Amino acid sequence: MNEAKPHIKVEDLTMAYGDFVVQRDISFTVNRGDIFIIMGGSGCGKSTLLRHLIGLQSPAAGCVLYEGRSFWDAQKDEKESIKRSFGVLFQSGALWSSMTLAENVMLPLQEYTDLPLKQIKEIVSLKLSLVGLAGFEEYYPSELSGGMKKRAGLARAMALDPEILFFDEPSSGLDPISSKLMDDLIRELRDSLGATVVIVTHELASILSVGDNSVYLDTESRTMIASGDPKRLLADSKDPKVHRFLTRGADDIKDGEVL
Amino acid sequence: MDTALTQCVMSFNRPDDKTLLVSIAGDFRTGNELPSSGEVENQIRSEPGIRELTFETEGLTGWDSRLLTFLIKINELCTQNNIHINREGLPQGVQRLLALASAVPENKEARREAVQSSVVSKTGETTIGFWHSFIETVDFVGDAFLSFMRLLRGKARYRPSELFVIIQDCGAKAFPIVSLISLLVGLILAFIGAIQLKMFGAQIYIADLVGIGMVRVMGAIMTGIIMAGRTGAAFAAQLGTMQVNEEIDALKTMGISPMEFLVVPRMLALTLMMPLLCLYADLMGILGGMLVGVGMMDLTVMEYFMETKKAVTLVHVWIGLFHSVVFGVLVSLAGCLRGMQCGRSASSVGEAGTSAVVTGIVSIIVATAVITFICQVLGI
Ligand SMILES: Nc1ncnc2c1ncn2[C@@H]1O[C@H](COP(=O)(O)OP(=O)(O)OP(=O)(O)O)[C@@H](O)[C@H]1O
Ligand SMILES: [Mg+2]
Repeated sequence: MNEAKPHIKVEDLTMAYGDFVVQRDISFTVNRGDIFIIMGGSGCGKSTLLRHLIGLQSPAAGCVLYEGRSFWDAQKDEKESIKRSFGVLFQSGALWSSMTLAENVMLPLQEYTDLPLKQIKEIVSLKLSLVGLAGFEEYYPSELSGGMKKRAGLARAMALDPEILFFDEPSSGLDPISSKLMDDLIRELRDSLGATVVIVTHELASILSVGDNSVYLDTESRTMIASGDPKRLLADSKDPKVHRFLTRGADDIKDGEVL
Repeated sequence: MDTALTQCVMSFNRPDDKTLLVSIAGDFRTGNELPSSGEVENQIRSEPGIRELTFETEGLTGWDSRLLTFLIKINELCTQNNIHINREGLPQGVQRLLALASAVPENKEARREAVQSSVVSKTGETTIGFWHSFIETVDFVGDAFLSFMRLLRGKARYRPSELFVIIQDCGAKAFPIVSLISLLVGLILAFIGAIQLKMFGAQIYIADLVGIGMVRVMGAIMTGIIMAGRTGAAFAAQLGTMQVNEEIDALKTMGISPMEFLVVPRMLALTLMMPLLCLYADLMGILGGMLVGVGMMDLTVMEYFMETKKAVTLVHVWIGLFHSVVFGVLVSLAGCLRGMQCGRSASSVGEAGTSAVVTGIVSIIVATAVITFICQVLGI
């Protein structure tokens, strides 16, 4: 891996919905070219953290910096240029339902490039075939299964070859083989485009196989309690909660398979 | 499934003077007559020496969640009274589920109390809420206006193909219902007028009444209300669903303004279509009046036509069209505003639709009052 250059920096971030504090005092750095994992129990605020990272929600306190630039203090033009470097896959796919798959992937290309339609169409079919959806160009999102929507969402997220890719649970709703393919694809994207990847996931196999770095958000104390390489965390984290999470609670629950 | 209800009985024993043995037999399931934890409480109260509670469930033939809630209550009871509870006599499954239910401690911070707030604080909260929603509305209107200006300068990003679909949807497809309603409104106006005017032998003035009434306001109001129910609600539901599916978030993260991409085309479509629909509604209304005039008041078609032509001036037409443009803006704004304000659940989409209709109709009526007043002052 090349020398660590910080790409996203989160400083003392506190996230809240009104009076309800979801997480407080979160700080971490995502290095350029890393695959960064956000993990934690259900409802601990992972999607909320992601919404802060992509500029959809403003922090209650603290800040998020992209290469030293703060999103919320930026001018309109700078905001746009920061946003242009993002590719986002939402938890539900979030495809635009009034457009076909091809149009979904096409829209960002049409908005931000001056390519002729023919080339745009070529890029669109390339992206769709990368996620295994070649031939589905003229389908509407309502005609697809949940996992297919997710993959189409991924195709849209990478339409502009973004510098940072954000994934909210990319492999939920996928069968084990597609989920493995998704992991491979993510790693491939990172290696070929040099993109930074931020993933929210519960999938232990993905966490341990693709993650270079991670944070663990805790539900009870409402703050982050661990960070670092997930493989290292698994080997020597002292915190019982993190250990339990990374081992699926194997040595914790005696009778009956819970979780 | 056997349908015969087997009774469930609970009995108490004292194997020694520190222990209470609770025996449960029969079918402990919803639908049967079940023992209550109150009986156990009475036992514990009446015999204070008890230090341990054990169970005997040999005769238990079936159970469901009711048994668990029953046991959880007993558990609480025992903790309060410092009694040790021995679960060994319970079925294996029950023991495990109980262990599971108490394994994860309740998240204290997450708990919300159903607060009973006083009248004063409720009034305060409502007022603040009102103020916030007012600010939000003004914000939205301003933003919509700016985006509209960008559209006029050819700078807005939207998809022309989608604009045509919306135009078709709120223009051509609204024809049948607009025809029906305005024809009937014309008929009704004529009927009401006919009864009065006939007393003076002035039937011919039905044409004036219907013509001016329809062209000046009624045509515009009726199309406005139809469109509020038909298109305003549809806009709110469309945008609300997009909000729920994170589609609007996806637009925002791509740096595409949902205002330009979704709201402005809808406003443009409805604002363009409203005057056309209104003119059409005027004609249908006059036709309705003519049906009554010719059919019941012994006027000829020509007489009715000439009288209408004499009564309805161009000023009336312009005022009617002005109304309809204003209504088009208001209805589409109300629909889009409610859609964009929609929460993240399916039920909030329904609420968005309802409140879009209410907001649309209220603003139509208020706007009519204001315009009528202004016309009065200007003397037109
Ligand atoms: N719009 C909202 N308004 C108020 N509270 C919210 C809202 N959205 C989420 N929350 C609360 O914020 C917390 C975090 O939610 P979030 O969706 O970020 O969880 P998550 O970690 O992504 O969970 P999951 O893994 O199940 O997707 C939850 O406790 C939830 O109750
Ligand atoms: Mg989530």
